[in-house]
Amino acid sequence: MAKSYEEINAKIAAGEAVILTAEEVSRMAEELKPSEIARKVDVVTTATFGAMCSSGCFINFGHTSPPLRMESITLNGVPVFGGVAAVDAYIGATEASPEDPAYGGAHLIEALVRGEELLLKARGKGTDCYPRREIETWIRKDLVNEITMVNPRNAYQNYAAATNSTERELYTYMGSLLPRRGNVNYSTSGELSPLLNDPYLRTIGIGTRVFLAGAQGFVSWRGTQFNTSKPRNERGVPESNAATLMLTADAKEMSADYLRAAYFEKYGVTLYLGIGIPIPVLDENLAAAVSVRNRDIPVLVCDYGAEGHPALARTSYEELRSGYVAVEGKKVRTAPLSSLKKAREIAELLKRQVASGAFALAAPVQDLPARSTVAGLAARERSR
Amino acid sequence: MREKYVLEYSSAVVDEPVIYTLVKRFDIKVNILRAEISSGQEGSMLVELEGESERLAESREYLASVSVTLTPIARSLSVREEDCVHCGSCTGVCFSGCLSMTTPEWALAVDREKCIACGLCVKACPFGLISLKFGE
Repeated sequence: MAKSYEEINAKIAAGEAVILTAEEVSRMAEELKPSEIARKVDVVTTATFGAMCSSGCFINFGHTSPPLRMESITLNGVPVFGGVAAVDAYIGATEASPEDPAYGGAHLIEALVRGEELLLKARGKGTDCYPRREIETWIRKDLVNEITMVNPRNAYQNYAAATNSTERELYTYMGSLLPRRGNVNYSTSGELSPLLNDPYLRTIGIGTRVFLAGAQGFVSWRGTQFNTSKPRNERGVPESNAATLMLTADAKEMSADYLRAAYFEKYGVTLYLGIGIPIPVLDENLAAAVSVRNRDIPVLVCDYGAEGHPALARTSYEELRSGYVAVEGKKVRTAPLSSLKKAREIAELLKRQVASGAFALAAPVQDLPARSTVAGLAARERSR
Repeated sequence: MREKYVLEYSSAVVDEPVIYTLVKRFDIKVNILRAEISSGQEGSMLVELEGESERLAESREYLASVSVTLTPIARSLSVREEDCVHCGSCTGVCFSGCLSMTTPEWALAVDREKCIACGLCVKACPFGLISLKFGE
């Protein structure tokens, strides 16, 4: 039995829609078959709250009088990219302050979202149309024109867990990895994670509305390093880093409850983001997809101490969450890096927003690529 | 009774056989979990003291009399829990069981008495919410 977006939206409008979180529907799937879930459930909310380095905001400062072509720009001492038109800039989340490696773009974004003031310093060479050469002033979110979050790569569909086989502690974007496989760190919210609940991206494509750090945003494109070539298990779930999303939303509408600047020791600055996506249960296949349980999701445990991060073990989110996982015969403690607690808050909030009609569901304007691979970078001579 | 403390002593006390005195005079079982002497000869030591409560009180008085400061481990470790997002990063490096995730809530639980002042969590928290007063 198939349902259309219109039918689901009509049920939402009538207050009759059944909306569950992806965890709730996974529990339901212990008892019910996908055909029964497809009949019973209309929408399933998914969410994650984790580190997403490939994030940032475009900001338009407004023009001074006389105007300045901002060519070299800092905010609170952190360089922001000024190689776009006169008073546009891009705040990259991982850009660090030259003075303090633990403070960077993500902190600027969090401060802007919180309504705090930032010191803008900008310089230009001075042109006939932009005669001014510099400015030093304080900005705030209500004083600038736009702050638009545009994240090239978010919401990874699965992510390998990390361990370290070397003799020294490693400091990575997967956290502190203790020597001799002392621990295993993992990310993603498992059965609650957006792209793991719709592995073939039938309902998530360009134009899909998403919850992005408290604001309503959209999938604007495929994420960078979008990869459909990873091996999938019998449920169609990729066993490691696969699809990704490029997301856009108005940062002025975001909340610091769902966005936090972070610093990984000796790695650098990154941004923790809360993302939620509701999935309409259009048919039995989607009902089966959203029923995915932690034990159904494969995870590779990769060695960050060896070149190319080879996989040392294969596990599942169920095992990772048990607190221990076996790596080459050794029982190793596990810890998450993304917040399941926050992800659950977002999934619950999204349920209420969808139910109230505040968060409308619609079919994607265009599907994301069905086939895409990722190339590496070679150091090479120029082609002749 | 068993209590865990960070002892801090200045270079002036380095010659004093503090641990010997605790054992010999107050009949205290001393378990040294971590010890560090900084370049200026100041020292920090994480110890577990076990004994009768009266004798423990006497030994605390003795330590104060020789200018060794005594901070319960619970006060040495500071976790700004109100700002915690419960990501769990710190629990990956905490082997003493002080920092753990509760299930099924997946919230951070802090059992300060279990801290062994290893300090690994300080660097593991991506939000800089943890500090430890030990040495330096």
